[in-house]
Amino acid sequence: MGLQVNDAGFVVTDLIKAIVAQRDRLSEIDGAIGDGDHGVNMAKGFNLCAQALGTPTPGLKESLATLGNTLMAGIGGSMGPLYGTFFNEMADSLDGVTELDAPAFARMVRAGLDGVLDIGGAKPGDKTLLDTLVPAVEAFEAALAAGKPYKVALDDMTEAARQGRDSTVGMIARVGRASRLGERSRGVLDAGSASCCVILETMAGSVAPKVA
Amino acid sequence: MNRIFNDPDLMVEDAVRGYVKAHKDLVSVTDNPRVVKVNSAPKAGKVGVVTGGGSGHEPAFVGYVGENMVDAVAIGEIFSSPTAQSFYDAFKACDGGEGVACLYGNYAGDNMNVKMAVKMAAKDGLTVKTVVANDDVASAPKDELAKRRGVAGEILMWKVGAARAAEGGSLDEVIAAAQKAIDNTRSIGIGLSPCTLVAVGHPNFMIKDGEMEVGIGHHGEPGVSVMKTRPAAEMADMMLDYVLPDLPFAAGDKVAVLLSGLGATPVMELYILYDRIADVLGQRNIEIRHNFVGNYFTSLEMMGATLTVMRLDDELDRLLAHPARSVGLVK
Repeated sequence: MGLQVNDAGFVVTDLIKAIVAQRDRLSEIDGAIGDGDHGVNMAKGFNLCAQALGTPTPGLKESLATLGNTLMAGIGGSMGPLYGTFFNEMADSLDGVTELDAPAFARMVRAGLDGVLDIGGAKPGDKTLLDTLVPAVEAFEAALAAGKPYKVALDDMTEAARQGRDSTVGMIARVGRASRLGERSRGVLDAGSASCCVILETMAGSVAPKVA
Repeated sequence: MNRIFNDPDLMVEDAVRGYVKAHKDLVSVTDNPRVVKVNSAPKAGKVGVVTGGGSGHEPAFVGYVGENMVDAVAIGEIFSSPTAQSFYDAFKACDGGEGVACLYGNYAGDNMNVKMAVKMAAKDGLTVKTVVANDDVASAPKDELAKRRGVAGEILMWKVGAARAAEGGSLDEVIAAAQKAIDNTRSIGIGLSPCTLVAVGHPNFMIKDGEMEVGIGHHGEPGVSVMKTRPAAEMADMMLDYVLPDLPFAAGDKVAVLLSGLGATPVMELYILYDRIADVLGQRNIEIRHNFVGNYFTSLEMMGATLTVMRLDDELDRLLAHPARSVGLVK
């Protein structure tokens, strides 16, 4: 028996732990070309979610929706609506889904990505979280299409996310506040791509031990 | 860093509570602690006027809630957009049955959160229309107007839109007046020192001693050039040289001028700048019909100033002259 959606709320509690642990690192990355509060705001939002979830942790669909709604209502800025939409769309994709098998996981992250593309108005190459998210989702889909096992597809997703995050170093910011820096935005990581990488590698790391 | 705070993560909450206590004759907080409204809102039969934005710009945005001014404001973290929920709650707080005009600045986060809040309101049958301020000439070239950010020109847009609503204008009339206001408004900032978010603990950008950042944004976004500081009259001339050709303003125009400090600039220095600005406009036969000099739209403790000039027709002139009472602006 595979990983049941109703038993997978731990994926969200793992995410909360990971983001809170990365608070200072994410703020430091943001400080180079932003105002240095990305980790502070993310940790604030994810901590609010921990309070809202309570114990025992609900199933994955409900936990993701709680995370999405708390970020949307709790942190504002650009990251509130972007990550709020990301997690809410992932939750919606689990309607009627009982097992988080590889195709369900693929549909879930694709739904999250589509939601972000719809609201954000950025595209890959603009030095945003999409530079992590797009290649990661595509890598997972490609691995499944190539017939690779679930676990290997998760590894591929993590590797693509890391490469995507690191690719933002060479980019010039084209949207948001950092876009005002032009050439001066080159040479450092984008904070959103870094937090998105934390999220994706944590999800992969949580799910992998539970699947064949 | 010598600053006044309790918990760095709760500065907005603490400041809003103090603000509402200080001005309870005029405004009150709603069920959402990040939404403040004028006491008289909602007024049946009147279009509601809403704005919102990050904190740290006081008196903007909350300070422009008042009589014949903004009806409700959504308040964000320092330099960060309010949530969609807060914009939505602000719409509801001043819904008098005639729709709501949301007049805000062109920033990525605000655009997303307002877009979502407008959708939420539509589900309730509440019509919200928007005008997005883009008066900062340094934030993008003239052929990319849609990319320009909103800065202190937003205040004149709020004043005009709110006056039109107070006159009994329909939602479309309020939106048209506010759009005309911002379309005829241009701004430029000069930064002389950086600012520090207390929760971060160090300045979020650097300006060297003896230098200034021309075209600086309201959160320290880099401008169009860095140069040596120069006498006030030359600073004033330079600011006018960016603003006047961009619209362009011409001899015979009637204008409103708003000169705001960025938080740390002594007010007397603003008058030194204004002295020259008024002279130059006079020499160019541009008539100043309304002027506002002071700390109208700040960036924490940044040193520097923004100059905003708005070209007036009879309607804009009338709407700026309309009586209004808010903490940030009285007419």
